[in-house]
Amino acid sequence: MAVTRSVAESATESAPGTSVVDVRNLRKTYPVKGGPEKVAVADVSFQVQRGEIFGILGPNGAGKTTTVECLAGLRRTDGGTVRLLGRDPQADPASVREDVGVQLQEAALHDRITVGEALDVFASFYERRADPAELMELLDLTEHRKVQFGKLSGGQKQRLSIALALVGKPQVAILDELTTGLDPAARRATWDLVERVRDSGVTILLVTHFMDEAERLCDRLVVIDRGTVVAQGTPTELTDSLGGDRGVRLRFADDAGRGRALDLLTALATRDDDVTGVTPAGGEIEVTGTRKVLFAVVRELAAADVVPDDVRTVTHTLEDVFVHVTGREYRADDDADDNENEEAA
Amino acid sequence: MNTGPLLTTETKVWLRDPAAVFFALVFPALLLVGLGLVIPDFRNPMEDPGLPWDSAPNVTVWLPTMLALAVATISLTTMPVQFATFREKGVLRRLATTPMPPRNLIGAHLVINVVALLVAASAAVVGGMTILDVPFAVNPLVVLLCFVLATTAMFSLGLLVAARADRASAASGIGMLIYFPSLLFSGVWVPIPVMPEWMAQIAKYTPIGAASQGMLAGWFGDDFPLTQVLVMAAWTAVLFPLGVKLFRWT
Repeated sequence: MAVTRSVAESATESAPGTSVVDVRNLRKTYPVKGGPEKVAVADVSFQVQRGEIFGILGPNGAGKTTTVECLAGLRRTDGGTVRLLGRDPQADPASVREDVGVQLQEAALHDRITVGEALDVFASFYERRADPAELMELLDLTEHRKVQFGKLSGGQKQRLSIALALVGKPQVAILDELTTGLDPAARRATWDLVERVRDSGVTILLVTHFMDEAERLCDRLVVIDRGTVVAQGTPTELTDSLGGDRGVRLRFADDAGRGRALDLLTALATRDDDVTGVTPAGGEIEVTGTRKVLFAVVRELAAADVVPDDVRTVTHTLEDVFVHVTGREYRADDDADDNENEEAA
Repeated sequence: MNTGPLLTTETKVWLRDPAAVFFALVFPALLLVGLGLVIPDFRNPMEDPGLPWDSAPNVTVWLPTMLALAVATISLTTMPVQFATFREKGVLRRLATTPMPPRNLIGAHLVINVVALLVAASAAVVGGMTILDVPFAVNPLVVLLCFVLATTAMFSLGLLVAARADRASAASGIGMLIYFPSLLFSGVWVPIPVMPEWMAQIAKYTPIGAASQGMLAGWFGDDFPLTQVLVMAAWTAVLFPLGVKLFRWT
């Protein structure tokens, strides 16, 4: 388990107190009537540095939301320590309210309040305030200023929710399942927005069950499964940790070409150490090997003038990392655990 | 913490709900004046030699009931649904992440509801006096005392309903379940003076029945309604701490 070992190493990298967020051995359980208590978070540790987009990735029910709720002082922990900006939100939840903006999973406003009113009234809660008009501009909400919350689309609600998390000029923003329910265009727009917010100096803690979102946005991340951290690092570190295996997929116009290529490459695999495996996959051929596998394949086929229609390199994704460290398929709705939101009691 | 902008915004938003505004503000006055105008006997003079006024229409006995109705309507139908909605929609949880404590939102809405209640009660009194020629109370201070105690007792009851109902629909259901017997005990269906003795005795020990009877005594200048005042104070003393203690914020 190379990945989990690197977790332990990077956890000790930063001295306590230098991180914006410092979570150590967090544990949170919920009582269950007539049964053993339910462990929502068993053992989670991570540190976030200023200016990072830090991801907390895992299937639903993994304990992600509970973790950030403990961090924000919205829930009592059962063990471990949490520090936010050097303060202890468990001992004094009010001490972090001014500096932390939270975007919760579900819509949380009165249906009849307008966009402009919501921003103005939330701004009034804070000593330092962002300009609501500027935020509306940034989040593409200006034209919806007078629209009531209940009449907004899912994407507009989500953007308002982000605006409300930023209206107090926070140093840290916790964004929970930011793009759930958004269409692909709105998701990409939201990702761009998160990067712009980070560029303005806000440290971002991004809770998500979307692998692609974490891979695209996060500087570093932890992968949480069943209440424990199973992997930690930058997206590249995590995918590279799976080993040197590279893959190339080839597609051919006809069976004749494919048959010739298969023969050539199978022969190549017996004499070239950079090529370790050749397997027909559907109508294609998959070749695996070292970093040089692509060169070897191209050289061999070019010499014989066998021209594939399409060549794709197969890279590891965070999904592969999850499968590797848990031994299970990644499914957003993991039935190993109930949805973590229902425990709100 | 400056709660001003929160209170202003919440008031604006509150006024956008037509059904709540109608029932909270207008319903008691409309019922009093409407029925007073429709049923001829309501405007005929009372025939009771012991009256403190030279002449008063029959509908006079109904005015204190309407004031109690105003209290019951806001505290059992409007308020619990609002509070349960805040919880159900996550508004309280959302506020908990800001420097504004969620209890301030509840506080703001208690203020809004008290003001709404004063408007509703004033409308009923002014409407009754100007349109139906109902004479003013003989002991306004007794009426006021009973009105204030009715408000504290019934708001505490409403808070208790809101404290545990996990959904707005549940709060609405439980509120209605208490609201309709309350109408009976307050004399909406059977006016207090003609209420059967056994029913009046039960009503005396309910917060809304005691409110109605106490305000009637004040309006007509009867003896000080000591039992009713104590009953309402006792309900408040029991229900309010219970409502606060049991209130679920998430």
